[in-house]
Amino acid sequence: MTNTLGEYTSIIVARSTDKEILEKSQDGGIVTAAYIYGLENGLLDGVVVADTEKGFKPVPKIARTRAEVLSACGTKYSLSPNMSVVKDAVKEYALEKLGFVGTPCQVIAMKKMMQYPVAFRQTTGNISLIVGIFCMENFPYNAMKTLIEQYARVNINDVVKTDIGKGKLFVYKKDGSDPIAIPIKETIPFEQKSCHVCMDYTSEFADFSTGSVGSPDGWSTVLIRNKRGKDFIDKMIAAGKLETQAPDFEGKIGIPLLEKLSTDKKTKNAKEIEHRIEMGLPVPY
Amino acid sequence: MSGCTGCLISLADTYEKLLDILSAVDLVYGITLTDELTKVTETEDKIVFERAYPDDVDIALVEGSVCLDDHHAVDLIKEVREKSKIVVALGSCSGTGGVTRISRGGQNPQPTHVSFVPISAVVKTDFSIPGCPPSTDSIVKFLMAALEGDTDYLEIYADFVKYQDASGENLIKQVISQGLCMGCGTCASACQMRAVTMFDGKPDIRMELCINCGSCVLQCPRIRMPKAKGLLEV
Repeated sequence: MTNTLGEYTSIIVARSTDKEILEKSQDGGIVTAAYIYGLENGLLDGVVVADTEKGFKPVPKIARTRAEVLSACGTKYSLSPNMSVVKDAVKEYALEKLGFVGTPCQVIAMKKMMQYPVAFRQTTGNISLIVGIFCMENFPYNAMKTLIEQYARVNINDVVKTDIGKGKLFVYKKDGSDPIAIPIKETIPFEQKSCHVCMDYTSEFADFSTGSVGSPDGWSTVLIRNKRGKDFIDKMIAAGKLETQAPDFEGKIGIPLLEKLSTDKKTKNAKEIEHRIEMGLPVPY
Repeated sequence: MSGCTGCLISLADTYEKLLDILSAVDLVYGITLTDELTKVTETEDKIVFERAYPDDVDIALVEGSVCLDDHHAVDLIKEVREKSKIVVALGSCSGTGGVTRISRGGQNPQPTHVSFVPISAVVKTDFSIPGCPPSTDSIVKFLMAALEGDTDYLEIYADFVKYQDASGENLIKQVISQGLCMGCGTCASACQMRAVTMFDGKPDIRMELCINCGSCVLQCPRIRMPKAKGLLEV
């Protein structure tokens, strides 16, 4: 099936059955649940995660245990160069079954690396799972920091979680008080400009892609794209790690919303690419 | 040419895959890998044994840069071009000049040899595979695609011939300052010199460590996107 969501074999709405994962994760906890299931059942022996260090700064790390994966739960909305640790994971950590999660551009980078591995000796065979997330755009760390400190008036060290939904960016504090909301239109000037040449919203080349859009609160939409992705999700469902419900193909917040956002991104960025070409600026080709 | 034979070792390092390739091709010329055709010239005062480059070669993988101070090297690369259908610059020295391009030269045993250029500066080059050395996997994939005539796959290497100089500087000039870098970190992972580290999601380059190999430039998805065909199933 090819449409605005890329090629996929099936589409499900799911969430983790693990209470601890659901508590800490962004929505349905699909990535966390998949990683933990993979690590505990020998399908993966290490995974690339986007953890945070001091100052809510995203940093890519290699996780090998349930605790390490759980500590990196949640969406960061800021740059975590996950590809930068892939070679180390395979060469220094000697991982043979690496799990990888990335934004659409990182999944494309990973796939390009696997297609043309000139600088990655004996690495491609050790990648066992590529999970993609839905992504509209990203914020540079300092932009996110400015938004949180100057607009929301929260010390960056007190931030425990950020979330974008319902037209707002929510900043959650460590003390558990009510999140502070920043309207999305205020965040637009802080977006990373290079995201505006990206034509991929749903990680069209991942084994499976996931995100909150298109499903009810606390659930995630999962687009299963190839055999490897299907096998993995099937095993998780069979092991009782995921509960699923039928996707909503009609409703306003169902799959039509996912398709709408994907089309919006593609239309908007196609214009930007055209504009760049008019200006004589290079675009990825 | 002028290189360290590391790329040749990378080619031989393909283990059983090398056998797949060898069953599909005749290896007719290559130091250490094959018996050499020898040209014997007998004159009145001496007998000269020379390695002879065979005629009608389909694909020539050239390793190392051309030393312009050495007429043997210049003559040989010209001969290779004349007698081969496809000339491939295998590895960074051959494609971008690599570390030989940014060295001062003049060392023993050839102190007069100082000028090194990529082969594409001397002869028309069809493909350029960067890397110091290019990984065995990428060489196998390249050769298999060449045997099958998969021009879609090979196009990126044909395009890379235009880089007679490629270094970490290109990441700044071609990607970051053009507003294209989205911070995936592929360059940092690709660089075997660890000259690239990620700082706030952008590459931070220590040029004094860069060996001009161009791996990061080829690997960057924001200079060239991969072909969508077959990408899902890689």
